[in-house]
Amino acid sequence: MFRPSHFAAVLLFALFASVVFGITQRETPRRMIRYGIYCFVLFAGSAVVLSWLMFLIAR
Amino acid sequence: MATAQNTNIAAKQNSRQGFVYLPLIAGWLVPGAGHFLLRKWGRGTLLAASILGMFVLGLAMQGKLYANAHDILDVLGLAGDLGNGLLYILSRAAGLGADQVQLTTADYGTRFIVVAGLLNVIAAVDAHNLRTGRKS
Repeated sequence: MFRPSHFAAVLLFALFASVVFGITQRETPRRMIRYGIYCFVLFAGSAVVLSWLMFLIAR
Repeated sequence: MATAQNTNIAAKQNSRQGFVYLPLIAGWLVPGAGHFLLRKWGRGTLLAASILGMFVLGLAMQGKLYANAHDILDVLGLAGDLGNGLLYILSRAAGLGADQVQLTTADYGTRFIVVAGLLNVIAAVDAHNLRTGRKS
């Protein structure tokens, strides 16, 4: 059984989703890579920011 | 005369095009197959690896495969799972996937499987757009 940490699960999710978004939403390879990286940063970054927000609200 | 020529040209174009929805259906049934049919080997491989990876990791996390739809959330989950095409059918047939989610990681696994299905639908539609020339 595979039991990743919460953050590892976020990173895996962001990686796979970003690859598909990059390939399907842009036309040229260069723009695909740039958009994929952009999506990955947004996925992972928003998870980190929301986690901190929830942490601060819960205190 | 001109109408007959136009009809002939249109018929030739149609026969050259073949079944336009084949990449869409193939891409839905097998992740990446729509792109492989269009000889987009690199894109197809990356899509297949991402979708298969997400689906397999979801199962490895003891994620649940939706089997029935008792309420609206189950309907949505089932719709997402069905996006995996043959992966979902074969996994159901093999009895894979947990019946009940008991761990946090299993809940993540369930979402991984649903999202893999949704990403597969996006990839299949992309293959269809490539086939029709809407995308290059």
